[in-house]
Amino acid sequence: MARPERPFQIGIQRFGLGAGPASRDRLGPDIRAALLDEIRAERALIQGEGLPTTARGIQIVTQIEDRRRMERAARRQVAQQAPSAPAMGEVAPGAMASAGMPANPPAAMPDPEAIRLRDILHIDVKARIDHGLAAPAGFAERWVLFWSNHFCIALRRGQIMQGIAGPYEREAIRPHVFGRFADLLVAVETHPAMLHYLDQRQSIGPNSPAGQRRRRGLNENLAREILELHTLGVGGGYNQADVTAFARALTGWSITGFEENIDGYGAFVFAPNRHEPGPQQVLGRSYGQEGKEKGLAILRDLARHPSTARFLATKIARHFVADSPPPALVAALEAEFRKTDGDLAALARVLVTHPASLQPSPAKIRTPYEFLLASLRATGAPADRIPALANALNLMGQPLWNPPGPNGFPDDEASLVAPKAIKTRLEFALQFARPLGGRIDPRDLAEALFGEALSTETRQAIARAETRPQGLALLLMAPEFQRR
Amino acid sequence: MDARYCEAMPLSRRGLLGAGLSFFAWAHMPKIASAAGRRDPRFLTIILRGAMDGLSAVAPVADPDYAALREGMALTREGESAGLPLDGFFVLHPSMKTFARLYAEKKGLVIHAAATPYRERSHFDGQDVLETGLPGVGKVETGWLNRALLALPKGERLPQLGALGVGISTPLVLRGSAPVMGWAPQRLAETNDDLARRVLDLYTHRDPALARALKAGLTADDLARGGAAMAPGGGNPAMMARAATGAARLMMKEEGPRVAVLSFDGWDTHANQGGVRGRLADLLGGLDGAFAAVEREFGEAWKETAILVITEFGRTARINGTEGSDHGTATVAFLVGGAVRGGRILADWPGLKGPHLHEGRDLRATTDLRAVMKGVLAGHLGLSPAVLGETIFPGSGLVKPLPDLVV
Repeated sequence: MARPERPFQIGIQRFGLGAGPASRDRLGPDIRAALLDEIRAERALIQGEGLPTTARGIQIVTQIEDRRRMERAARRQVAQQAPSAPAMGEVAPGAMASAGMPANPPAAMPDPEAIRLRDILHIDVKARIDHGLAAPAGFAERWVLFWSNHFCIALRRGQIMQGIAGPYEREAIRPHVFGRFADLLVAVETHPAMLHYLDQRQSIGPNSPAGQRRRRGLNENLAREILELHTLGVGGGYNQADVTAFARALTGWSITGFEENIDGYGAFVFAPNRHEPGPQQVLGRSYGQEGKEKGLAILRDLARHPSTARFLATKIARHFVADSPPPALVAALEAEFRKTDGDLAALARVLVTHPASLQPSPAKIRTPYEFLLASLRATGAPADRIPALANALNLMGQPLWNPPGPNGFPDDEASLVAPKAIKTRLEFALQFARPLGGRIDPRDLAEALFGEALSTETRQAIARAETRPQGLALLLMAPEFQRR
Repeated sequence: MDARYCEAMPLSRRGLLGAGLSFFAWAHMPKIASAAGRRDPRFLTIILRGAMDGLSAVAPVADPDYAALREGMALTREGESAGLPLDGFFVLHPSMKTFARLYAEKKGLVIHAAATPYRERSHFDGQDVLETGLPGVGKVETGWLNRALLALPKGERLPQLGALGVGISTPLVLRGSAPVMGWAPQRLAETNDDLARRVLDLYTHRDPALARALKAGLTADDLARGGAAMAPGGGNPAMMARAATGAARLMMKEEGPRVAVLSFDGWDTHANQGGVRGRLADLLGGLDGAFAAVEREFGEAWKETAILVITEFGRTARINGTEGSDHGTATVAFLVGGAVRGGRILADWPGLKGPHLHEGRDLRATTDLRAVMKGVLAGHLGLSPAVLGETIFPGSGLVKPLPDLVV
């Protein structure tokens, strides 16, 4: 299909975030060395003053929820005292607005707290985009994006997610992507964002003190998704009994700030009164540890399970290289995972150096987020309009931190090369190119980005464009730019 | 991305409506009075990006070679393909009824067989030469119109009011240190059928999977729009009148700009250009609608108005194999407005016979477009030939401003 590309092209697009006009000079001729150079723990971290924490996000959400409860109670009281009067008139407009009442006057008033939550989210969106733009080649960031999508959470799971989606990635994912998979797994599954997203904080052991008192019980969601999506994979050798036993082992895993009589916000907490007592049998092994140690022991065993090695090796190769990945690459990744007990830096090194990784024909298309970052990196356009950029991602089908399900965003050809999706990319490309006006000569930029890898057809199409913005939009839509 | 398009809306709707149409009878004041602030001329430059086909806009029907070169696309004096009469030699494209009327009122002027000094065929470079005012391609970041504003006496009102650039970004012709404001009609961003066609063409040659997806996406879009197939070309005729109306209203404000630039895309008619009807006819109709919009909005101020219409180069004399025309050399420029000495066609006609064509394919340029631009700036804004030849159109000392273009 697509013609062979040059090694620099393959390296910077398949494993990085794309070139800027000066990337060839800056990174030197050996793109592989540049990629390997990014396999360092600090490259994956976003550090900066003023970035929100999970604790802060949960604190804000909790305060909002508390105030709403109080205001609802106040309204009920007013309604009871003056049943014939319109109750709404009795409540101060300011209080109404801050309570975020949707339909009552003043109807157009936005919820100030919702704005604050969105601001918190956009601080993180900006930090993430800036981090991607500053990266020399962008491999460390691509590696983070892979794991963040593997262990996705979703904003759609309620207001609290607005406050903690960004912190989750910075706190649970980034510090571990070049460490051991087991540590990454534990950091993710004990983070409040995941415990909330997959309903773990509602799960109660039926025979725990809390379970005996209330009628609510076990929630298997987190246990099932860990087995199916995070470690072994479908067909990885577990059954329903394993899911249930694992779910029982995880009972009591919860979040501070939501529990009665627990001070502080936004930390993992083990609530013994919800924990199902007794040992659990998972994958033929008995776990009798005390408290949260039971669940942690199961997680650590899952992290080094052969099915996990196979599942992750396949998924990595599929994401970076091809929907039908080269079997030799999958085998090499799997072997490395088992040999190093899940050393993710070692895995990353195999990925970027294996001969099968560098197959010359691009077999994948950039995801919308990769496309956005590549467009910004290629043009040097300022990434200062975060709401507009976030909206562009929404329209292109990859709303940031808001995938449709716990299996994350798809990255395969059939999902991404869809009529509406490509049409939307075209609209984005034009809108993106227009404000850059004539200041960028797309002919020069195409040569700088692609060099010899630029096809005659694309070169001609750009040169024949009617205006510079149109030429730039053509460049962004060209197969050379879209494929990786 | 919509935020990018909303920001350039500097004046409120109420401000625009309140601008009023009050005027004083100063239209015929001699230019010498301009220092006293009595004159209030308005000057619009419209850039047609993509290379407008001058032989279709103003057709040399009396040239013995014209009909054969243009085949079914040719206009005639009479019959179904008749153009609008101008003089005995040329007819105007029938889409341009407003211009035809203004021509009859001696407010429309045609300059034919004109081109910048640029003789290659790249749109980008051609537009650079057109807008920088340089003799050739160079790395200059300012435009001739901005430098013209800087060259006007500092005390004059017109340069103090600044200029208006209509569009998402400031066009090169207006870039520079003289103040420029931006404004764009919201829907300017919609005109992307031409881009879609080009991307689809590229995908068809290079990436069948992307081609299939994009084609299906565009078809679905067309169905949603009401069933019409994808428009064959770019440009958006209705948008031109809308942009011109918005610009004119801003220019009618007491403190509004008196100089404006509009850019209309879509003139690169390589295929299915059409004759009396079709893609180019729609575009020319859109341009004509822009003239009408400015005339309507300006009221009495129209008397002191000049609109200059220029494009980076012309198109091949002979139509190509896809019923379009390719990048050429000379073309037409229009000058229209109450201040224009119109009702004339300025052309040193080179003829369309093979040996007379530039490189055997293009209408030869016999008028340097800089002479037109210099003539307008001299006559309408009062710039001296020396300044025009040195700083505004550097190295153009030998290109004399065309005299008597404006009243």
